[in-house]
Amino acid sequence: MTRPAVRGPSRAERAEGWRAPGTDAGWLNPVTERFLLRLLVKKELRVRYRGSVLGMVWSYVKPAVQFVVFYIALGVFLQLSKDTPAYAVYLFSGIVVVNLFGEVFGNATRSITGNAPLVSKIYLPSQLFPWSSMIVALVHFLPQLVVLVVGALLYGWRPSPTSVAAFALGMVILLVFTMGLGLLGAALNAAFRDVENFVDLIVMVATWLSPVLYRIAMVQEAIGGTVLWWLYQLNPLTIVVELFHVAFWRYGPHVVAKVPADPTLTQPGEPFGLWWAGLLIAAATFVVGTVVFERSKRRFAQEL
Amino acid sequence: MTLPPPDAPGPGGGAGPVTPAAAREMVRVQHVSKRFSLRHDHSLKQLVFSALQRKKLADTFMALDDVDLTVRAGETVGLIGFNGSGKSTLLKTISGVLFPDEGRVMLRGRVAGLIEVGAGFHPDLSGRENVYLNGAILGMSRQQIDERFDDILAFSEIEQFIDTDVKYYSSGMFLRLAFSVAVHTDPDIFLVDEILSVGDEPFQAKCLERIRELQEAGRTMVVVSHELDMLESLCSRIVVLRGGRIVFDGDPVQAVRTLRES
Repeated sequence: MTRPAVRGPSRAERAEGWRAPGTDAGWLNPVTERFLLRLLVKKELRVRYRGSVLGMVWSYVKPAVQFVVFYIALGVFLQLSKDTPAYAVYLFSGIVVVNLFGEVFGNATRSITGNAPLVSKIYLPSQLFPWSSMIVALVHFLPQLVVLVVGALLYGWRPSPTSVAAFALGMVILLVFTMGLGLLGAALNAAFRDVENFVDLIVMVATWLSPVLYRIAMVQEAIGGTVLWWLYQLNPLTIVVELFHVAFWRYGPHVVAKVPADPTLTQPGEPFGLWWAGLLIAAATFVVGTVVFERSKRRFAQEL
Repeated sequence: MTLPPPDAPGPGGGAGPVTPAAAREMVRVQHVSKRFSLRHDHSLKQLVFSALQRKKLADTFMALDDVDLTVRAGETVGLIGFNGSGKSTLLKTISGVLFPDEGRVMLRGRVAGLIEVGAGFHPDLSGRENVYLNGAILGMSRQQIDERFDDILAFSEIEQFIDTDVKYYSSGMFLRLAFSVAVHTDPDIFLVDEILSVGDEPFQAKCLERIRELQEAGRTMVVVSHELDMLESLCSRIVVLRGGRIVFDGDPVQAVRTLRES
């Protein structure tokens, strides 16, 4: 017995006003459904801090504790701050990158399963859930960025066109890359809940596989010239962290004064390094994530 | 709220749910089948083990089996059947929450799927915030919600609690507000699942009255319910489902008799 395959309305039928249910603007949904997206972000922010006394302050506490622990353990005990001028700024500009990465990736991955009652009962563009997770993460990122800028200013750093360009490039690469991973994670997590634990693992490892705590020159010394060194350099997080270092640390007076004595403070391919590779990898990741998400979103309601 | 005329030509108005056969088609369900797998465990371990043992991973069952249904503008079509007969699956397929495995569904105009009252409500938001969130989820723009907010509030009769968090609402208050948002979305096609059993008797009467107003304004409705007597008086046509197949499609009185006799 032959039945018509799953297909949308034909051109003639579309001209008569027919459409298939559950079709939407795909990856453009966050733009076409701005109002709903804003309400979802508001909801998520409200729900996150329900019944908590400190509320938004918690988004400062976590990075602050992280910073102090790393600074004492690595900067003081392992004496990294001796060779790295303005180590506090160096450290914090990497920490904010990895934190944003972790929050976007982790929350986007949980966004479909976390909104199961909505996804399985009412039709709405499911793209909005990972996107609202990203915007919520950006809201939490903002105060950290302010702290970073103030800290860098205290060390005598002043903004320049180079730093603004490096920061903008870094943000674009980071958000496009992480959103691609987040969409992929959200789609896979709807089918297999193992994915969210796997994502937590990746986020934990990410801090150590990019030059957040140590300097990239040390990595080159250890594994320079091997394939691993290339992989390390092509890690989009490495590229973004280095761009953030250029933006907030590299051209501060402490570093500039020490460069003649210690050439390892300069970075390979200054000032923007492998930014083009970062952009390419990020764009490719985003495309893969979007395609996988679009293909699997039809099954979300029955898999939850 | 006064209802503007829909873009589709409706019935004569005031004459009850009588639909001319020539009215514009709004929903077309063609040869739709939906299979559900009975896989409950979502873990990789399970998957790997069953792959190793070459065991068939999941049993499937047909929730919908070659269903054909056409709904015309201004019709109110009831879907009845026993539990598990595929009523809600059919409704979810029309609303776009579920997608058919075979066949296809087509729609004309704006749809609001009220699959479950208050599914989009969040207990930690106030009544007011929930009205906006749910209105947006059901497809209203900010401007539309602004305009209709007073009507929604008046219909729900819970004015003094609108800025209280919904978690402090009684279940009746919650349902009132949720239903009120739902019936003010004003789509061309309404998909309603078991929501007419809302609140106390006066409020139920009010809801039914509102539904009749929508009918008279020419809105198209597909309603799922177990309250057969209510459906019999409300619907212009009733479809009986059994085991995912349509076994009767037509006159409401006869449809209810078909189900009761089976």
